[in-house]
Formats: sequence, structure tokens, C-alpha cells
Amino acid sequence: MRRPIHVLRVLFCGLALMSPDASSAEVSVAIHYIKQIVPAPPTLSNLDPIPEDLGLRGAELGLADNITTGRFLGQTYTLTVTEVAEDADFASAARAARADTDILVLDAPAEQVIAATDLPGMHDALLFNAGAADVALRSDLCRANLLHTIPSYAMKADALMQFFVARRWDEIALVAGDRPDDMAWADTLEASARKFGLKFGARKTWAFDADMRRNAAQEVPLFTQELGDYDVLLVADAADDFARYISFNTWRPRPVAGSEGLRPVAWHRVVEQWGAAQLQSRFEELAGRPMLDRDYAVWAALRAIGEAVTRTGAADAAALREYMLSDAFELAGFKGRPLTFRHWNGQLRQPIPLVHERALVAQAPLEGFLHQRSELDTLGLDLPESACTAFGN
Amino acid sequence: MKLPILTTCATLLCSTALADEIWVTNEKDDTISVIDIETLEVVRTIETGERPRGITFSKDHSVVYICASDSDAVQVMDPDTGEILHDLPSGEDPEQFVLHPDNRHLYIANEDDAITTVVDTETRTVVAQIDVGIEPEGMAVSPDGKIAITTSETTNMAHWIDTETQELFANTLVDSRPRHAEFVKDGSELWVSSEIGGTITVFDVATQAEKAKIDFEIANIHPDRVQPVGFEFTNGDTHAFVALGPSNHVAVVNAETYEVEEYILVGRRVWHMEFNRDRSQLFTTNGVSGDVTVIDVASRKAIKSIKVGRFPWGAAFRPTN
Repeated sequence: MRRPIHVLRVLFCGLALMSPDASSAEVSVAIHYIKQIVPAPPTLSNLDPIPEDLGLRGAELGLADNITTGRFLGQTYTLTVTEVAEDADFASAARAARADTDILVLDAPAEQVIAATDLPGMHDALLFNAGAADVALRSDLCRANLLHTIPSYAMKADALMQFFVARRWDEIALVAGDRPDDMAWADTLEASARKFGLKFGARKTWAFDADMRRNAAQEVPLFTQELGDYDVLLVADAADDFARYISFNTWRPRPVAGSEGLRPVAWHRVVEQWGAAQLQSRFEELAGRPMLDRDYAVWAALRAIGEAVTRTGAADAAALREYMLSDAFELAGFKGRPLTFRHWNGQLRQPIPLVHERALVAQAPLEGFLHQRSELDTLGLDLPESACTAFGN
Repeated sequence: MKLPILTTCATLLCSTALADEIWVTNEKDDTISVIDIETLEVVRTIETGERPRGITFSKDHSVVYICASDSDAVQVMDPDTGEILHDLPSGEDPEQFVLHPDNRHLYIANEDDAITTVVDTETRTVVAQIDVGIEPEGMAVSPDGKIAITTSETTNMAHWIDTETQELFANTLVDSRPRHAEFVKDGSELWVSSEIGGTITVFDVATQAEKAKIDFEIANIHPDRVQPVGFEFTNGDTHAFVALGPSNHVAVVNAETYEVEEYILVGRRVWHMEFNRDRSQLFTTNGVSGDVTVIDVASRKAIKSIKVGRFPWGAAFRPTN
């Protein structure tokens, strides 16, 4: 086994600008961010490479935000970063991190997240899943010590379906890739369409191995001809492999959504309202690139920790977890509403922007989708839908 | 055709007319819409720097200061001609500011830099820069001029600045995303609105201790959408009118009991507001619907919507005699 390839320590020990009335005593909060390096599968186009510092920059910005607030209260934050090499063991890195702190932010596929969460000695730690959208982590595979700041596939799918209902795009067809992630995303989309009473028609698997940069114009029309009629074509392509070649090449002139065209996201550079322009410019200045989904999810985890520390003056996992799951907690996440955690599975409630590359199209929940608890609970697994019991509900 | 003639008249002559005006900054049009209070119509549209937000007149109304956020400048304009006289050094991304009672020092929130900049408008120099929390926005100065306040949207605090030393002497937590601050009742109370928290916190200024917290509740609107931003007080500080953002309502709060007496439906995403001279009328900027709602203060009813530019943000009163 190789050791984690890259350990970076970011320490802060500046002078606290204590105010005379600051009641909180010195509080020091140690956070460990662990990222699994995942090799991206080969894709047809290399136009949009995945940034190597994805997630990490969100952690740095969240830390900086926390430090600024902390210095007025005599609270300090440290962030330790571990990047786990492709062939190295994520759980070992998590075990090592646990020796130093009980607050960990995990940026890894679901399997690694579960392995780390189930380690001996981890039950009394507070972990954040900022990388895995898998629905099962919010349902039968949920864990009491694991909160989720990245939206689930279910939240994203429901956001799209609300938009289709609002537009009366009632009939849906779907093209999915053949990788496990594509299937999971496609299944979630299909289930969501049925939940919202939409007509789910043909579903085809994209199993071509041709180089579509040359052939899209010839092949996609024929491929999509067999789908029959529909209002909107969903594309499930988690690795961003072929989806970009579908738009404008469908047999029928129809909009594309899902992994291409109209996309549900946690964050995107086109989100400008609700003060988001400020967050975007702070991030750009730090990272030299736009903020992406996982940057946002990691940032939100750091900020949720910071908010809970600010309000409670506590720095231990148990106290912070209890506060985060209480009614008192709310995070200003630049999406126009306070973000809170679901008490039945630890998912961070949040609006889902529906975007194309150049603009925000809509933000779910859309007007008219009501819920007795919070309109945000019309997105993703609601209490009765989740099989999670670890939170004692 | 009538309209161009009217416009010309407005530009050249009507600055000497008697009607008072409300000046509204349009964040996404880079303009100011000038509303004639008598006719309740837009009589002038003046170009500004990029993304104008905060706006305030000098005490004698001889100049108007405008935060041109994306131009990184506070612009000083001649209100008669609409000409920019000069820029003030403002620090980066000035969003909101307040003019000290000495009519000379501007306290400016630099949103991107977590700094409050103090500018001497006469010498046009920066007097001080004070480190505050992230995304400073709300600005206020006590009537005696001794205390300045900056609220920071992401740090969620009111920062108390001693204007003599230009240093912080207290930092008090409020609910999420504080947007606006005002001293009231002769400077004995400080009110701070929290947009995401959905509350107004009232501080006792002498002790900086929290004295009251005001909640808002509108039938059939989810609490998440009830987001207090700007607010202003009626004569004698008896009542506060509070803009509640995407709930599209303005609340009328009794400033003695801290209870909400009424909710008034206005345009979409209401942000800031300004009174006319005798405070009988209130003008609210409605960001999303791009208009200004006129409220009759006595009857607490919206009486008119006035179309302005895109995303109206700040508003300031200009007497014309």
C-alpha cells in the first residue's frame, strides 16, 4: 500500500481580534479533509478536464471564511488535507486522520465513504459526505455519524421533474450510458419521473464505441429515431462522455436534459442571485476557475462546521452534530433560503439550480410544489421515502 | 410626439421645479431613475458607473454619492446636471455606505475585501481601513457620530467601530446574513436585519446587549421566503417599515412593542426604501419586478407601482427647495 501522496497542512495562528464582550473562551477546531483521487474514465472529448484541485479549493475557501469569523470570537480553525492516491487505501487515510481530529470531510465514492465511516473509533466522530450523490447513502446505507452536503441524485432528478411538470413536458425518453454510475443516475431519473406522474417512454443504452466527435451527426439521429415521440430527452452520462453529442442531433427536434442541456446542479458559475456573485468572485480569486458542484459541497461542509462552532462555542463532534440537526441551525448558502439538515438522514436541504452553460433557467423547488415541513423537502428522499433508521426516526 | 420634449425639459429645466424627488439606483442597468414625488413618474434617467447600489446625498443635498460596485468607485455626482464630478477612493467593490453626521466622512462597506473604508470626501483620501467580517454590507452611524456599524453577511455580525480611533470595540452576533443597520430613538437602540435568519435584532447601544428579536410571519408564505432587508422609521421612530425580500411584503413593526402590526403587499423581492419629506409616503425598490411601490404611510396601503430600471436597489430622497 502506498502512503497518501500529498499531505498539506494549512495552519492558522494569528492574533484573535477579541472584543470585550466576546463571551466564548478560546476554541480551537481541527478539520481534516480527505479526498480520494479517482481516475476519470476515458471520454470522447477532453474539452472540459476535471480540475485537479476540485473540492480542495472549496475546503480552502470555507476555512478562510471560518477563520475570518473566528478571529472576532477567539475561535481558531485548522484544516489538514489528505489526498489519497488512486491505488491507496482511503480507509487507512481516514483512520490516520481520526487520530488527530473527530471532524472529517470526505470527498470520495460511496464505497470508500462507507468504509471510512464504519471504521472502529469513528462512531463518535462527525463526518461529512461531500462527494457521493448515491441515493442509498441517504437511505438503507445511511450512518448516524455521516451528514451529506452534496445533493443526492434523487434531489437532482426531482428538481428536473418539477421543471417538466411546470412546463407540461409530460412525456419523457431516456438515453443512459452503460457504466454503473450512469445506470444509477438513469434509474433515479426514471423513478422520479414516475413519482411526479410523468409518462416514461423508451429507454435506450448508449453502448457505442465509435468516436462521436466525427460521427455524431450521422449516428445520433438514427439512434434516437427509435425512441418514438416524447417532449424531452433525458441523458444519463455521469462521466460526461457522450452526452455533449446528443443536443441538436436528435431525430425529433426536442430539448435535452440531465447530463447535458438543462442540468440540475449543486452549484454553477451562472448562479448569481442571492448574493452568490460574492461567493463566486471570492472563489475565482482563490482558485482561478469557477466554483463547481464538489467545491460547493466541501465549502458547505466547512461552513456548516463554522456556523455550528460560532453559535455554540463548542468544538467537539457530539455537540456540533446535535446543534446541526436541531431546529436552531441554519446555513446561509447563497441559494436564497437557509440550508438545514434533514433529521432523518443527515442530508443538507438545499435548492437545486437548473442551468445550461450560459444561464440559470430555474431554481427548484419550483413554485407550487408544496410540503408540510419545507418546500425543500419536495426534493430527494422525504421522511417516509427514506429507509434510514440510524438517526432514530 | 410628446415624450422626447418632456424628457428634454426634465433634463434641462426641471431640476429647478418644486417637486421633491426619489432617486433609485438600478443595479443591472447602470442607471439612476429619478421619480417626481408629485406626479409619481420617472422624470429622468441618469447613467452611472457599473452596478450602482448604495446611494446617499450630502447633508445639504449639493452632491449625491453612489456606490458603483463593479467600477470599484464611489462616484460623486452633481444632482442638477447628472454629471460625475469625480470618484472617491473607495476600496474594492463598494456596496453600501453611510455619511457621518460631520457631512465629511463616508464609511464604506467593501464587500469583496472584508474591509470598511473610511474616506474623507473633502481631501478625497482614505482615512482608515478596518478589518471586518466577510461580505460587509449594512452601514450605520449613531446620531452623535461616535459609533459606526458594519454588518457582515457571511460572518453574521454587527461590528462596532469607535469613530475616534477607527477601531472595533465590539462584535456582536446576529442571525444569518445581516443586511441593514439603523440607529433609532436618539441613538439608544441599534436595529439589524438578518435576511436568511428572518429576524431583526434590536441592541441596546450603551451595553451592546441584545434587547429584542423581531420575527415575521405571513400567512401562506413559507418562513424561508420571509427575508428582512432594508427598513426605515416613521416620524418619532414609532414604527419601522421593513422590506421582506422574496415574500414581496413590507412589514409595519411597532417600535415600542416590537410587534408586527401589518403586512403590505408590494412588488417582487423588495429590498430597500425611502420616505418623502414628511414621511407620509414610502418608496420601496423591488428588485425582481423592476419597479418601485409607493405606500401611503397613514393608511398602510400600496397606492402605485412605478416602473424603473432593472433590479432597482437603493433609494434616496432629494428635496428640491
